Amino acid sequence: MNARLLPYVLILPVTLFLCLFFLYPFLLVSKQAFSTGAGFTLDNFREVTSYWKFPITMRNTLLLAAAVVPIQLALALLMATMVNRMKKGRDLVLYVWTIPLGISDLAAGIIWLAIFEQSGFLSSMMSGLGLVDKPVNLLTFQNPGIVFLAIMLAEIWRATAIMLVILVAGIGLIPKEYYEAAEVFGASHWKRFLRITLPLLRPSLQTALVLRVILAFEIFAVVAALSGTLFPVLMGETYAYQFDLLNSGAAAAMALIILAISIAFTLIILRVLRVPKGATI
Amino acid sequence: MTLHSRILGAASGAAIACTAFAAQAEVLFWSTQAKPVEEAQAMREQVLADAGDVDYQPNDGGPWLTRLQAELQAGSGTIGVLGALHGDFSAMNPDDLVDLDDLGVMSASGTFNDLAKLGTGSMQYIPWMQASYIMAASKEALQYLPEGADIDALTYDQLIQWAANAHEAAGEPKFGFPAGPKGLKHRFFQGYLYPSFTNGVVRTFASDEAVTAWEKMRELWAHTNPASTNFSFMQEQLLSGDAWIVFDHTSRLAQAFNERPDDFVAFPAPAGPTGRGFMPVLAGVAIPRTAPNMDAARALVEYMLKPETQIATLRATNFFPVVEVALPGDLPPSVKAAGDAVAKMSASADANPGLLPAGLGDKGGDFNRVFVDSFERIVLAGHDIRAVLDDQKGRLAAIMEETGAPCWAPDAPSDGACPVE
Repeated sequence: MNARLLPYVLILPVTLFLCLFFLYPFLLVSKQAFSTGAGFTLDNFREVTSYWKFPITMRNTLLLAAAVVPIQLALALLMATMVNRMKKGRDLVLYVWTIPLGISDLAAGIIWLAIFEQSGFLSSMMSGLGLVDKPVNLLTFQNPGIVFLAIMLAEIWRATAIMLVILVAGIGLIPKEYYEAAEVFGASHWKRFLRITLPLLRPSLQTALVLRVILAFEIFAVVAALSGTLFPVLMGETYAYQFDLLNSGAAAAMALIILAISIAFTLIILRVLRVPKGATI
Repeated sequence: MTLHSRILGAASGAAIACTAFAAQAEVLFWSTQAKPVEEAQAMREQVLADAGDVDYQPNDGGPWLTRLQAELQAGSGTIGVLGALHGDFSAMNPDDLVDLDDLGVMSASGTFNDLAKLGTGSMQYIPWMQASYIMAASKEALQYLPEGADIDALTYDQLIQWAANAHEAAGEPKFGFPAGPKGLKHRFFQGYLYPSFTNGVVRTFASDEAVTAWEKMRELWAHTNPASTNFSFMQEQLLSGDAWIVFDHTSRLAQAFNERPDDFVAFPAPAGPTGRGFMPVLAGVAIPRTAPNMDAARALVEYMLKPETQIATLRATNFFPVVEVALPGDLPPSVKAAGDAVAKMSASADANPGLLPAGLGDKGGDFNRVFVDSFERIVLAGHDIRAVLDDQKGRLAAIMEETGAPCWAPDAPSDGACPVE
């Protein structure tokens, strides 16, 4: 086959798949968001943004992303460097750390619910140790802080691995020579991490952060399992518009708002962590 | 081709052939009711055993509607018969449902038959089964009933006092309220709290009486298990002892009565200044215009309304018959308990029965949200009652104007859209 055509032929199936199952539905959703039956309108957006809960859901979603992602980034970097230094058992540790990745987010939410609920592990343990008189319910509307903390913990547990996997692959790509040279000049571990690992990890950091931040704005099942309706997030409201209120137009508008936030943050991350022109690893 | 792939191919071919064959012979009964596994199994094995080839498939509301709408949009489908709540049907376009007047079957209640017309001139669905919301309590809690209170004729004040006594005795709040994401709290406000305090739902939404009603709700909430925001089926909390006194749908309490019939009592909802408000639940069966085999679908609808089928349905789902039947003596404990409580509630001197919201079309969800939001803001977030009601009032008025829905009981009748006063 013609060598110039071959790449296009090879990506053709994926392109077709994406067009059919992503691009086409996306166009339909956009159409739905900007129409209420007759012509172009912003009514759907006006409706969802004027709802009293909208600022709360927006704040909750952003707050959660802001609290979770930096911790996950630090943890993932730490774990990746640790894995990288291991001589023995590297694969085993990596497998164990990535187990949460294979668990659905709803299941993860339910696992953490089993820990935090009234008859859950944490509460029973505390009463067993005599810290409290009888099992207490932590996830109630009176303790919004604990609800937030529980969701944070569940998210960190569940989704750090996806960043870890990307960063481990990225660190593996950094040539050993740089480290050897740095060692010769007497650079400390910390300095080597700051001056070699971090800058050369930029492309992987970019990918990991983009993926993770997008997922953070889509958070739904973990929140639903742990907090019920106590901690409304954007995606939960989207679901409510579609299935409780049967208002596809408003749901589509919410979906587009989430998309817009995701795109904005993706652009920011791409810009901040860009690899300077001509620089290569 | 390897032997392995050959076998796989043959197997999948056979499977496809089987499904194709099955699809032709069976009537697909696409339902939002009897979802729990045991209920679905009882529907298949007991209720539908003699109905010929019926594939009973219960589903959550979302997926149920998604598939139905896809079939309606495509203009051809596999769903033969729909089973759903009145609210699900009223959210649909009546043109998508086949008129069922000529079937010759209907419920014994004129009100239900009128509701089933969905505002058109003919029956869009046939009432299938009914239920209601009642109160239930653990017998442990009976000793804390306030002095002089009759459990079958409680007032809201007595209920609050009872919950307070139980709270004090147990050291933790023991009233249980289905305020979880899947809980039916909005029906409590629409069918119980508002009618009992304001003798209305829409007209009186932001009245001074409504402010009193929400104040009472706050008082009750002070003695309510705070985990209630995660409770959706109160039978679970009754059985676990997390709640002693609860309000819920009869079929969401059934398990408690069936598992430990001697430990719980069912009783009517409390009464307020304007009577003992209560509300029915109505499910119906309908045929979508895309049903593949109209005759088989009609036969199934007729079958569902037979007295024997209705009694079998009662045993399977804890929903009561809508036609005249003589109830046998050997019914499950949950049915007896719920039946008695509903009978006492409707026979009470101060009964103030409400109807299901009607004429709201696909705004039923928005209508419920007005009440749920008011609850979240007033009771959970502690906002000022008057301010919240005045704010929510605008939303309610907009829904009523948009749909043009006339008032339903206990609101006084209206010409045109029901006004929010």
